[in-house]
Amino acid sequence: MKKILAVDDSASMRQMVGFTLKTAGFDVTEACNGDEALKAAQAGQYDLVISDVNMPVMDGITLIRNLRTLPAYKFTPLLMLTTESGGDKKQEGRAAGATGWIVKPFNPEQLLATVRKVLG
Amino acid sequence: MDIDLSQFSQVFFEESIEGLAIMESELLKLDVATPDPETINTIFRAAHSIKGGSATFGFTQVANYTHLLETLLDEIRDGRRQMQPEHVDILLLSVDLLRGMFEALMSQAEFNDPKLPELELRLNHTLANQPTQAQSASTPSASTATQSTASCWQIDFKAGADIMRCGNDPMLMFAELASKGPLTAELLPVSFPVWDDFDPEACYLHWRLALITDEPLAKLKEVFEWVEDECEISYNQAEAAPAAELAIPEQAQPPQPEVDMAVSAPEVIALVPEVPASPSDKAVASQKQSAAAKSGESSSIRVSTEKIDMLINMVGELVITQAMLGQIGQQDEINQESLLLLQQGLEQLASHTRDLQESVMQIRMLPISFAFNRFPRLVRDIGQQLGKKVELILKGEDTELDKTVLEKIVDPMVHLVRNSLDHGLESPEVRLAQGKPETGTIMLNAYHQGGCIIIEIADDGAGLNTGKILQKARQKGLVGPDEELSEDAIHQLIFKPGFSTADAVSDLSGRGVGMDVVKRNIHELNGSIELKSDAGKGSRFTIRLPLTLAILDGQLVRIGKHIYVVPLVSIYESLQVPTNRINRLSDGHELIRLRDEYLPVIKMYREFNHDADAREIKDGLVMVVDHNNEKTGLLVDELLAQQQVVIKSLEENYTRIPGISGATILGDGTVALIIDVAGLVKLAGIGSSNEHAA
Repeated sequence: MKKILAVDDSASMRQMVGFTLKTAGFDVTEACNGDEALKAAQAGQYDLVISDVNMPVMDGITLIRNLRTLPAYKFTPLLMLTTESGGDKKQEGRAAGATGWIVKPFNPEQLLATVRKVLG
Repeated sequence: MDIDLSQFSQVFFEESIEGLAIMESELLKLDVATPDPETINTIFRAAHSIKGGSATFGFTQVANYTHLLETLLDEIRDGRRQMQPEHVDILLLSVDLLRGMFEALMSQAEFNDPKLPELELRLNHTLANQPTQAQSASTPSASTATQSTASCWQIDFKAGADIMRCGNDPMLMFAELASKGPLTAELLPVSFPVWDDFDPEACYLHWRLALITDEPLAKLKEVFEWVEDECEISYNQAEAAPAAELAIPEQAQPPQPEVDMAVSAPEVIALVPEVPASPSDKAVASQKQSAAAKSGESSSIRVSTEKIDMLINMVGELVITQAMLGQIGQQDEINQESLLLLQQGLEQLASHTRDLQESVMQIRMLPISFAFNRFPRLVRDIGQQLGKKVELILKGEDTELDKTVLEKIVDPMVHLVRNSLDHGLESPEVRLAQGKPETGTIMLNAYHQGGCIIIEIADDGAGLNTGKILQKARQKGLVGPDEELSEDAIHQLIFKPGFSTADAVSDLSGRGVGMDVVKRNIHELNGSIELKSDAGKGSRFTIRLPLTLAILDGQLVRIGKHIYVVPLVSIYESLQVPTNRINRLSDGHELIRLRDEYLPVIKMYREFNHDADAREIKDGLVMVVDHNNEKTGLLVDELLAQQQVVIKSLEENYTRIPGISGATILGDGTVALIIDVAGLVKLAGIGSSNEHAA
């Protein structure tokens, strides 16, 4: 079973993402911010990380930058959840090493399609 | 995949309302001239989360509105726009508006506040006002639906060297392309760097792909959307099939347009969240009915994991104690030693049970900051409105109390604070003239005291004007013309129902508007309120509340063979009444004279149809209870112990009984009913000639 780390400071978003992915048969771990996610990522290996951008403590871009420095996450797909108005954020994210993004708002189908796109 | 998004609505509402509270408190903290970037960021994040969630879960109205807020905050955050005081105003008003929207959503009502278009206009105006970088309203899917019919695409794809290091894999992209139609791929000759410069993690490859598909170009470009900037990609339409924009279905070949419609129509729809967008949509209403908000009040509670851990610990301790007791029980004979162990075990059991009970109660406890949080805003707004300078001091915000009590105490507190602002604090000029600091102070303080929570609301204003209150009370006939009252007794007058009239508001500088309601609400929570006022120095209200509604201090009373519990807080005094102080009215009612008052007496045995030792007032005890400032006597046979009782709901276990608020189980296992004083007074029909037959 593919392991996914879902990071978002909004509980409802986390629940929605988590529920959708679990229903589709993924093993999902949730984290509330970048710092928590980074610790989780170091503690175990994930096949995919999906992270919100705006979060307290550690934002999503910093998380991605940090993950990319870890040998275990050199080639791991890292997706960010961004908004349609966040053009700059996409650039910033890509520079930090993000694989791609999912544009908010999205529905479960779109989420799964995107996840399958990177997990094959 | 069919996922009902409405199941997340309740959590989303809860966190959004929390988010609004954060926005509000941060906005109030904000120094407009030199805003702290972190504060702005926090406000932005709250707005951003609400926007993201509402768009995802299909609350279009909220999404559209918060989008404007988000844009404004984003510009401020990025330094593209200078923060102005009017921004704070507009953001605070927006917080209010959004609260209204969420309330409407939760009760499944329409939201038709005229403030919405008004504020929307203001926001748009503000946003348009200053030349800022226009938000690139990039909707990559906008052109999706135009092109049609199958065509053959030749795509040259030269990967960027770093593509793998971003977690992208060309093979996965090709697989995605292949899902759109037959795909062939050919590797073009590439030049690798010399060995010393060769990077095994880099990608040097260049492909030529051929794809036959009826998907429009935009859909193909989406596949490479993430990497288009770092890769060289070109798209050539090899075979120009009738793909012109004018290709309306009837002009093209019959089968293909149908295929095309079938493919592209769901795609377009899929961009809209699953839940129908308009909140007025009936489908939403029916979906939501199942999941959320059957009652207005949210019935869920957020509990810190710390508290849950504590519970689990306690249960663990109990299990150990149980094992220990079990071991003693298996011994064949009981000797001195095992008896000692048994005693110890039982003591442990008692202590653990008590701890466990406390831990369980803790789950319902919330810090009073949930109630305090609204006051900075309230004080700011009303202070501004009245032209008064106020500093609000909050103390003991971490003090915890029961969620239900918390929810019900907010309104009385708002009332008291509002009164302090309106009637208590003087205007800056008056304060200066009296040698006080220009800025008045209102203090909210909460702390625990002996199983109760105390909430104090104090101000350093003028205090109550006893002269005017007395004058008013005499006018209203609440106090006799020659009656002299102590200062304290005069203060108590403001809790009289007669004082809460519009008349009193206009010409009375003291308090008194609806204070009877405040007192009644607090009494309903089994609490009490006290007032202390010093002329010229200020006043202080002290509210005393039980920590929880699940346990109350009760007086056990006996009527015949039956035992009832009367909440201690309702009891004024208990006494034997001599015959010469009992008056019988012509309609059969009996009154007792207590000092200078005449009180009606409810014969409890009649109300509950019991046999009793004391059928006449002179034979029993009269317990004077205070209900809404009206004293009433209750005739009982005997007073028993006072003790804390755990309240069990009758409504849930049996049915609602007038005059009874619940039941409890006494130490010997018998059930005792708890008297609802207000209900009993109503039931007895005091004041009407509704005499019950014995």
